[in-house]
Order: sequence, then structure tokens, then C-alpha cells
Amino acid sequence: MSDSVALKTSGIKAAAAPAAANKALAGPRVNGRVVVMTLYLLFLMLPIYWLVNMSLKTNTEITSGLTLWPQNLTFDNYITIFTDRSWYSGYINSLTYVLINTVLSISFALPAAYAFSRYRFLGDKHLFFWLLTNRMAPPAVFALPFFNLYSAIGLFDTPWAVALAHCLFNVPLAVWILEGFMSGVPREIDETAAIDGYSFPRFFVKIFMPLIASGIGVAAFFCFMFSWVELLLARTLTTVNAKPIAATMTRTVSASGMDWGLLAAAGVLTIIPGALVIWFVRNYIAKGFALGRV
Amino acid sequence: MTKTVNNKAWFLVLPVFLIVAFSAVLPLMTVVNYSVQDTFGNNQFFWNGVGWFQELLDPTTDLGGRFFDSLWRTLLFSAIILMIEVPLGILVALSMPREGWTVALSLVLMALPLLIPWNVVGTIWQVFARGDIGLLGWVVNHLGIDYNYTGDPLDAWITIVVMDVWHWTSLVALLCYAGLKSIPDAYYQAARIDGASRWAVFRTIQLPKMRRVLLIAVLLRFMDSFMIYTEPFVLTGGGPGNATTFLSIDLVKLALGQFDLGKAAAMSLVYNLIILAICWVFYTIMTNVDAQKERVEA
Repeated sequence: MSDSVALKTSGIKAAAAPAAANKALAGPRVNGRVVVMTLYLLFLMLPIYWLVNMSLKTNTEITSGLTLWPQNLTFDNYITIFTDRSWYSGYINSLTYVLINTVLSISFALPAAYAFSRYRFLGDKHLFFWLLTNRMAPPAVFALPFFNLYSAIGLFDTPWAVALAHCLFNVPLAVWILEGFMSGVPREIDETAAIDGYSFPRFFVKIFMPLIASGIGVAAFFCFMFSWVELLLARTLTTVNAKPIAATMTRTVSASGMDWGLLAAAGVLTIIPGALVIWFVRNYIAKGFALGRV
Repeated sequence: MTKTVNNKAWFLVLPVFLIVAFSAVLPLMTVVNYSVQDTFGNNQFFWNGVGWFQELLDPTTDLGGRFFDSLWRTLLFSAIILMIEVPLGILVALSMPREGWTVALSLVLMALPLLIPWNVVGTIWQVFARGDIGLLGWVVNHLGIDYNYTGDPLDAWITIVVMDVWHWTSLVALLCYAGLKSIPDAYYQAARIDGASRWAVFRTIQLPKMRRVLLIAVLLRFMDSFMIYTEPFVLTGGGPGNATTFLSIDLVKLALGQFDLGKAAAMSLVYNLIILAICWVFYTIMTNVDAQKERVEA
């Protein structure tokens, strides 16, 4: 009851400034919303803060008692990672296969997404469903056969093996996202370009791709994300040369006990590429997460 | 938007078809091949027919009992996290700031857990929930609650659920936020003129507009939780005992740990069929919702 009364008063204000209507409607609940949001973000950040906190401590400090911030600030853990080849090569390996995978997925998915968004063809619905099921297939099912397959064709322990394996779920996802964005572009543009004498490839690259640039960015973001966070396949398909950073991290368990500080520092460094990528696509994140379909 | 019929479009789809078939169909054939054979090592294989499947689907055998135990655990896990993450995600989406720099900040912070490698997520919580060096475990223990996720099955479950909520609620929230953003202001103005309560606005404007994205959210969350592997593997390793051995963990144990290829392959196929069936249900619902929407708009 009090809600609807408050709603009416806020309505009077909103009438004066219609542009702020959305905000005014939510006016009476501002406090509740801020509380929910603050608590939620705090809940998200606390574990990450704890990791950062630990990465800046010495192991003696970590194991000797709980401290809310580093008493003896040290960057030794980070220095170890950046100077030890077996550590930093893990990052290079991970980034290599993630980038190969992103480029592959997007370039394969672009024409296919166009076909799905513009044409009906024999078996289109079934094909789309089949693609979707591959996004949903559990990697655990594929771990062993992939091991056999990539050993057989001699790609085992190369970034290409992981990049191709990740195409299993990233290509369908990219098709799905791009199709959503492309369906938002009116067909008239295609027709006008054809009348103007553009050949299809030229139209696609010169006119169409700039129009869905944000969609391509979002799809690339998602390919990056899912390839970067996946470990089961990446670990199964590599041993030494292409070992991802996430697998290297298990090294911190040694006979002398856990090297907690080093583990935390390695963890923090895996968060950074993600954080950078998010920053670039922050304005499209919401639409992207809805796969271009809102 | 009406689409023209053109079978030449297949040429545009062909590359995708080939690359996904290479990654999906070939390995699946290997799995089918293994699932009907038995091996005694030395790369010698023997025809076993549907033996593995019979054993797998019979809960009284070792393999069957193990399979159904992990299946129920996985389903229970998916159900729990959907019940927590969907309402919480909607709540967070409704609480998002509407304008100003806080919007970008909230979006970036919310998306952060989604981009952390899954084993690092496991590691973060492994450390965070430890009683000796982790903030959460330490605080809970000092509140006088006996909490130890490596020893107590219930504590292990709670920790994994909280970890998953931490990891994935933002996905649901971001999806819902995208749905909410697409609602024109006119709808809210109309609601205000009618004197609609906050609940009525939610029930009749916001929820229907979010239906589509919510469907995607539920689909993605269900599928990803149903095949969860890395995070619980790092956090608890499936323990204590078998308390948190989900289907994926069990499968990898069987295939790569014990190299029981026939059993593992049979389990993979049944697992895949379950996924396929559920996926089909979601897909049908989704296409129906779309068709309805198109009819309404037309």
C-alpha cells in the first residue's frame, strides 16, 4: 500500500522530467536496491580480495595467522612467476590457444550466422539444434576421444589441438550470438547493396560487418571467455609444450607443503586478462549476455 | 522477418558444419565404438554388445549403482542452484543502478567471476573456506559453528553451492538486466497512471519481458551445472567419500583414472542422451515462445 502511494508521488516528479521516468519509478526503493547491490558486490569481491591479499604475503605470514591485509608487503610471488620460464610460458600457451580459437570461431561462424539469419534451407532448424547441443555437451564426455583423435593426427600437445577442441562449444555459441545480432539488421540493407552493385563478399566485409561490429566484439568476448576458463580439455590435450597456466598452477603443491603465496599470485594473474577484456566490452555486456536477443 | 528459401545457404554453413563435426562426430564415434567392447589391456578389444549399457542402467550392479548415485547428486545440485540463482539473479538485476558511472562499475565487477578460469574459482574457494587461512572458514569457525568442508559432506555441499552462486549468479543477473533494459519507458508511465503497485509492475511488465532471457538463463545454468567438473574437483575432489562426486567427475575417474573404457563410454553416451533430451525440451519451448512473440507482433 505504502508502495503505491509513494509511486504516485514519484509520478508527479516524473511528469516534470519524463526522461528520468525509469529512475523515478524506482525512487521509493532506492535504499533497498543500494543495499542489495552493495551486499552482492561485496559477496563477489571478498573471495577475490582474499586471493589478492594472500598473493602479497609471505608464506610464513599466511600460515602463521589470519591477517586482513599484508603486514610485510612482498612482491616476491609475482617476481617468481615473471622470471621463471616454466611459469610465464603457461600464460603464453593459454593466450595462444585462446586467441587461435577466437579467430577460428568468429571467422567460421560469421557466414553461417548470416545464412541462419537470412535464409531458410534444407534442415536449417535441425542443424541449428545440433549446433546448440554441442554447446551443451559435457567436456568430460569428449576428454578421452579427443586425446585419441589429436594424438592420431599429430596435434597433441600443441595450442592448435586445444584451439580446435574448444571450437566444439565456441563455434555454436558464436553462431548463436552473431545470428541474434544479425537478425536485428534489416534485410533492406542487403537488397540495397545488391542493387548498388556490391558483390556478396564485398558487401559482407565492407557494409555488413561494420554494422554488426558490436556483435562481433561480443561474440569474440564470449569465445575468449569460454576458452580461457575451460581447463578439462586443455589439460587433457597438453603435457609440456602447450601446457596452460591453469594446469601449471597445480605445481605449487610440493613435498614441502603448499606454496600458498605463489598459488594466489598465479590465480590473480589469470583474472587480469578477463578483467581487461570486460573493460573493453562493458557497454555491450548486457546485450551480449542475452546473446543479442532482447 | 520473413526469410527466403535458398539452399545455396548451405555453402555458408558448410565450414561450421565441418569443423564442429570434426570435433563432435568423430570423437562420438570413438565413444560408440568403445561402448560395445571390452578390453583386458594390451590394446586387445572384445565385442561386448549392449553389456555395459545393461549393467549401467541396472541400479543393483556396482556400475549402475554408482551411475545413479552420481546422477541424482548432479540433478539435486542443478535443482538447488537454479532455485537460488534465478530468484537472486532477478533481484540483483532489479537492483542495478539505472544510470551514471555506477552502472559500468557494477557491470564490470559482476562479470569478473565469470572470466576466472574454473580451476582458479575452485582454488579461490578452497583457500577462502579453509578454517586456518581462509577468511570465510575462519569467521564461521570463530562464530562457534563447526565447519570443515573437507571432512563433512553437508559442509562440502554448502561450500560448492555457495561457490557456484558466487560464480554464476551474475550471468542470470546480466541476462535479466538486458531484458529489463529493453522495456520502453512508456510501459512504466502507463503503469504509473494506472496506479500499479511495485509488485504489479514486476508481475505484469517486467517478468513477461524477461521471459525470453530467463529461458536462456535457465537453459545455460542448467546445462553448465549438469556438467560441472572443474570447480568441485579442485575444491573437494569429489569427497568427502563420494559426497560431491558429480556425473562428470565420476566419468573422468572411470575413463582417465581407471581406464575402464567400455564402462566410461557407455556412461558418456547415456549422459549425452540425457543432455540431448533436456536440450530438445528447452529448444522446443524457446521456439514456441518466439513463434508466439512473432504472432503477437504481427
